[in-house]
Amino acid sequence: MNPVLQNALRTSVILFLFTLIGTALLAYTYRHTHSIIEKSAQAEKLALINQVLPKQLYDNDLLGAWRALPADPLLGTRKASGMWLATRDGQPAGVVLEAVAPEGYSGDISLLIGIDANGTLTGVRVTQHRETPGLGDYIQLSKSPWVLQFDGKSYHPDQDSLWRVKKDGGEYDSRAGATITPRAIVKAVREALKYFQLHRETLLRPQESGQP
Amino acid sequence: MISKEEFSTLANNGLWKQNPGVVQLLGLCPLLAISNNVVNALSLGLATVFVMAASSLAVSGVRNFVPHEIRIPVFILIIAALVTIIDLALNAFAHPLYLVLGIFIPLITTNCIVLARADAYASKNHPLHSTLDGALMGIGLTLVLVILGGAREIAGQGTLLSGIDLALGPATKDWVITVLPDYKGFLLAILPPGAFIGLGLLIAGRNWIDQRAQRRAQQAARTAVAQPA
Repeated sequence: MNPVLQNALRTSVILFLFTLIGTALLAYTYRHTHSIIEKSAQAEKLALINQVLPKQLYDNDLLGAWRALPADPLLGTRKASGMWLATRDGQPAGVVLEAVAPEGYSGDISLLIGIDANGTLTGVRVTQHRETPGLGDYIQLSKSPWVLQFDGKSYHPDQDSLWRVKKDGGEYDSRAGATITPRAIVKAVREALKYFQLHRETLLRPQESGQP
Repeated sequence: MISKEEFSTLANNGLWKQNPGVVQLLGLCPLLAISNNVVNALSLGLATVFVMAASSLAVSGVRNFVPHEIRIPVFILIIAALVTIIDLALNAFAHPLYLVLGIFIPLITTNCIVLARADAYASKNHPLHSTLDGALMGIGLTLVLVILGGAREIAGQGTLLSGIDLALGPATKDWVITVLPDYKGFLLAILPPGAFIGLGLLIAGRNWIDQRAQRRAQQAARTAVAQPA
């Protein structure tokens, strides 16, 4: 055989062997780790959800009660998000909504909003944001308790003006020099509460299929 | 086994002479992104030490089977597979550690210092030497990261070790040192430009020390010639 061809063949066989070994090792590791990883990811998710919806309020398998929500301007979502329906003794107890505050200083701020069956907020958490570190990041619970001021709040159409930061005449704190971020979140939470009131019946109805 | 001289050459290269952060200027992508405080910097640094030692060992182990023409794709394959395996294994079996280092590990795959050491050193040397070289290069990078992270954190927020409770648990929350009380903060230091400026100063500082040492050595040589004892 032609020596050039022989060399090319030899190199490609070696490269192929390395790829094969690499793939086999990865497949093996994945096989033996993915169920453990899946479990801890679920536990983390549940821990986060439990921050916005206290555990004692519900008794169902919350992670199993997930369903998709179509994009909606009130939720700030441009594509489908999701929600978890909490029930207690078979009765609807509340929901956890995935919402977005689209007017953040540096783009979307992802939120997890817990609302009980009466429309009262049980908790709000920021799950993802790109706000300025050290300035706009006080919306994270790990940096400051700012986000806790939503606990126990609810929305009434005649008190719409309260749903603003104090600087704009509302009742929510903000820090000097970083008002755009809290303004965006206050608005997003308000809109999500409106969304809940508008779709309360549908949201709280247990659904067999995963279709909203 | 490795001799004492070999070890000190490797250490000198990794920590000073060929320091990846301020001399080779490799691996700047994570370096600039993560060095906004000490805890982040140290976490990424440790993950890098770990991955570099492991990848140098793996590359060195197969160095005699890899034809020269395809060494780069094979090394990339090895490093990527290895990092993914470390990532998965940490996630599954050392979850608390993964929560601290997890987001940094995939970043390391893109760090060209890993491939650079694989090609420049591990592909030509004994596995033991290569592992040490990888680890020491990683430690060199960690040192730069921690110094840069510390400087940016002090200049930016007036603290040190902020966020340590996220890494080591809530018990360590009061380890945070407030270096400058009532500090208003200096945003530029925390944002990406602060990383470039800080790294520039570090490189300048290192060069200054090196040149001063060189000048001294020359002066000493000259005086020795002028006044033969």
